[in-house]
Amino acid sequence: MTTNIKNISIVKQKSSRDDLTMRVCMILIGLFLAIAILLPLYTMLSKSLENKEGAFIGISNYVEYFSTPSLFLSAYNSILLSAIGTIILLLVTFIYAYALTRTQMPFKWFFKIIAIIPLLTPSMLGGISLVYWFGNQGVAKGLLMGESIYGPIGIVMGSVYWVFPHALMIIITALSITDARLYEAAVALRTSKIKTFFMVTIPSCKFGLISAGFVVFILIFTDFGVPKVIGGMYNMLATDIYKQVIGQQNFQMGAVVAVVLLIPAIIAFSVDRFVQRKQVALLSASAVPYEPKKSKGLDLTMLMFCSFIAFLIICMIGMAQYAALIKFWPYNLSFTLDNFNFDLIEGGGWGSYFNSIRLSIYTALIGSIIIFFGAYLVEKGRGFSFGRNAFHAVAMIPLAVPGMALGLAYIFFFNNPNNPLNFLYGTMGILVISTITHFYTVSHLTATTALKQMDPEFESVSASLKTPFFRSFQKITAPICMPAILDISVYLFLNAMTTVSAVVFLYSTNTRLASIAVLNMDDQGELAMAAAMAMMIAYTCGGVRILHAIGTHNILGKTQRWRSK
Amino acid sequence: MHHENAQPYLQIRNLTKKFGEFIALKDISIDIIENEFVCFLGPSGCGKTTLLRVIAGLDIQTYGSIIQAGKDISSLPPSERDFGIVFQSYALFPNLTITRNVAVGLENVGMPAPKVQHRVDELLELVGLVDQKDKYPAQLSGGQQQRVALARAMAISPGLLLLDEPLSALDAKVRSRLRHEIKELQHKFAVTTIMVTHDQEEALTMADRIVVMDNGIIEQVGKPEEIYRSPKTKFVADFVGTMNFLSGTIVSNGTAKVGDVVLTCDTEDLPVGSSVMVAIRPEEINARNITNSDSNIVQIEVLHIEFLGSFCRVKLGGGDLKDVSLRADFSISLTRLLSIKVGLKLKVSLPSKFICIYLTD
Repeated sequence: MTTNIKNISIVKQKSSRDDLTMRVCMILIGLFLAIAILLPLYTMLSKSLENKEGAFIGISNYVEYFSTPSLFLSAYNSILLSAIGTIILLLVTFIYAYALTRTQMPFKWFFKIIAIIPLLTPSMLGGISLVYWFGNQGVAKGLLMGESIYGPIGIVMGSVYWVFPHALMIIITALSITDARLYEAAVALRTSKIKTFFMVTIPSCKFGLISAGFVVFILIFTDFGVPKVIGGMYNMLATDIYKQVIGQQNFQMGAVVAVVLLIPAIIAFSVDRFVQRKQVALLSASAVPYEPKKSKGLDLTMLMFCSFIAFLIICMIGMAQYAALIKFWPYNLSFTLDNFNFDLIEGGGWGSYFNSIRLSIYTALIGSIIIFFGAYLVEKGRGFSFGRNAFHAVAMIPLAVPGMALGLAYIFFFNNPNNPLNFLYGTMGILVISTITHFYTVSHLTATTALKQMDPEFESVSASLKTPFFRSFQKITAPICMPAILDISVYLFLNAMTTVSAVVFLYSTNTRLASIAVLNMDDQGELAMAAAMAMMIAYTCGGVRILHAIGTHNILGKTQRWRSK
Repeated sequence: MHHENAQPYLQIRNLTKKFGEFIALKDISIDIIENEFVCFLGPSGCGKTTLLRVIAGLDIQTYGSIIQAGKDISSLPPSERDFGIVFQSYALFPNLTITRNVAVGLENVGMPAPKVQHRVDELLELVGLVDQKDKYPAQLSGGQQQRVALARAMAISPGLLLLDEPLSALDAKVRSRLRHEIKELQHKFAVTTIMVTHDQEEALTMADRIVVMDNGIIEQVGKPEEIYRSPKTKFVADFVGTMNFLSGTIVSNGTAKVGDVVLTCDTEDLPVGSSVMVAIRPEEINARNITNSDSNIVQIEVLHIEFLGSFCRVKLGGGDLKDVSLRADFSISLTRLLSIKVGLKLKVSLPSKFICIYLTD
């Protein structure tokens, strides 16, 4: 207290021109995010509190919703099936991931590739295959012992199929970060294998398991494709929104259902973020990676298990492929390419396929630039921590928002004639914006992780060398993070290609998409054609995945020579 | 020194840095003269790195001012300050060749390409890495990377060179060689330099002046010899080098009592009866040719011997000191001469000019 009286004023650092430019850029991207996510969500929330004439009526819509048993029942159904699906998936993926990371099972590469397949197809594809396998004229209908595939059984099976790779990736990551020394210590202390499993293995990946559980739950809970195709009369929340909005034009009730869908998703998301934060310090820098040892019995058991799972995945995609190539199931099984004549029916057409390609390219290009640049500004900016934290927080929101809710929110927001952005409605532009927004969070986190791995002193050195930020971004940051940027663009491309949930509300006759065409064809009973279109999407995504692998390899070879010693 | 430099090059005044409730720097003031090599020395968490980052503008002080070459830079962002920096991690841009790494700063100030090339060659010549210039950082050894980082920092001829633990990531042998090289380069570049280190040997061998820090305050500023010979505080005495601390009491002006022994020493006007720490370095304890003219002769017994290669660290106790013990460093030849072994009783002298006295906290 006695010292320092002369210098009592707090020093504030002046901002350099770069600091200001970075802030302006970040605010611009932040505004984009606000317009693309916050305002539409707000509009939807207020719509859910209005009557059809647009007057504020408080929570009456919610009261009506919860007192209508048929509507309320679908919330129950959604939670029940998501929970069942989550439990099955956690068990199956844990064993599969364990086999891949902790055993010397042969043909691991094969099982890794097979596990990716469901990522390459729209979620409806599983549903379509299930119809061919277990539908009224299904090959293996008998296996269901009289139960119908159209309903909860089909929804669970279809969901488990398409969510499998998502869960697998999380659990593989969790099982990969472990310290071999812990296992050596356990052996040295003569701990039994089983005890080691529960004392070392499970605790080290429990956060990953919890995280996977929540992610899986949200994915099944909010998915629209599977219940739409195979759900029959069984109501789920996601299909309810569609019925309310498209079927009955009851936008207010649609908004209510969307909010009801949103809340559990946000809760699950928040818990997941909380849990992930706890995981951070599990692994010390001195940890040694685990090298699994050969064990005949275990390796063979795992090989059998993984083969069985791989067999099921191949059955799913294989049946869709088969269905796309035959004349008329089950009466004429001769091969044909007629099913690829998409222009024959309404609501589909090759145009929709090419629209999807355009959407995916735009989303991948524009999205990865905006998202990576935004993450860079947040991660490497100086000062203005309020703005940077706010940006980061807003960038987290899209992951918690189900596509159906996002799409509906977009209708409310952009279709309002008073909105100056109204001109976007019904264009490719709104599809691109909604898709970038829908998949913003995961891409943002990928970018942030890559940026965090860079030496934080690069920025300090650049400042001391008077390097303007756009120069160090272009010459240093972007090249170093190129693999992550490519990952982001492929992630965006694949999702743009396969998504239905948000865009199903937003496409117009000029901007029909392949995935929407699959839905429409299925609606019209053109199941073979739907399978063919779904397979077109799968071929494209598979091709892009391969191109990405080759491209990454080349770019790494060319621009990342420095990585090698 | 030169009278045109009457003004110190860097004036740090009343710097305080708070991180929330935590006070990392408390009212720090120092002057640094042009072309001087100053080391900030202290244990981890003492605030030395924070002080360096505040000088660079990478962190901003809560209060206080910094004047560099007569210009108030207290609130400038790092890009508008005049300094070059080398980090412990070197932070070489991994995707750029050595040449490009060094050239970055020159290109930024708009130097034409041929001149850039010339300057880069000159710098690489100076650090002895011309033949490595087309390689990538990952292809160089730690010591080489370190020199590239130094060349890069010096490219635009900054007025101030900041080194943040530049040698910590290297192994011991390379480290001692590079100490010498850095010091030499600093001389060639003739640049005011601040180095942060927790390694006292580094500070003692390299610095013109050492700033010893602890808990966000400066404990002592001085030439290496001063710091080592006459540490002002118990912390400095303990942190730099090895020191025996014997608890005792002041018995008169000029004497202090430890065990049964009354030692003559400079008691710095401490009042009689104060409890104090009597400090002496192990290498100052003398056992060769003790005569009555030696000060503070103590009868003592060898309790333990630790062989350290070029010398032995001997634990002495008992005798006049009763249950107080101290460590003495005896050269191998002396150990042989006196046939030092456990249980041997001998006389040692604790020369009064090497004794420091600190008040017990």
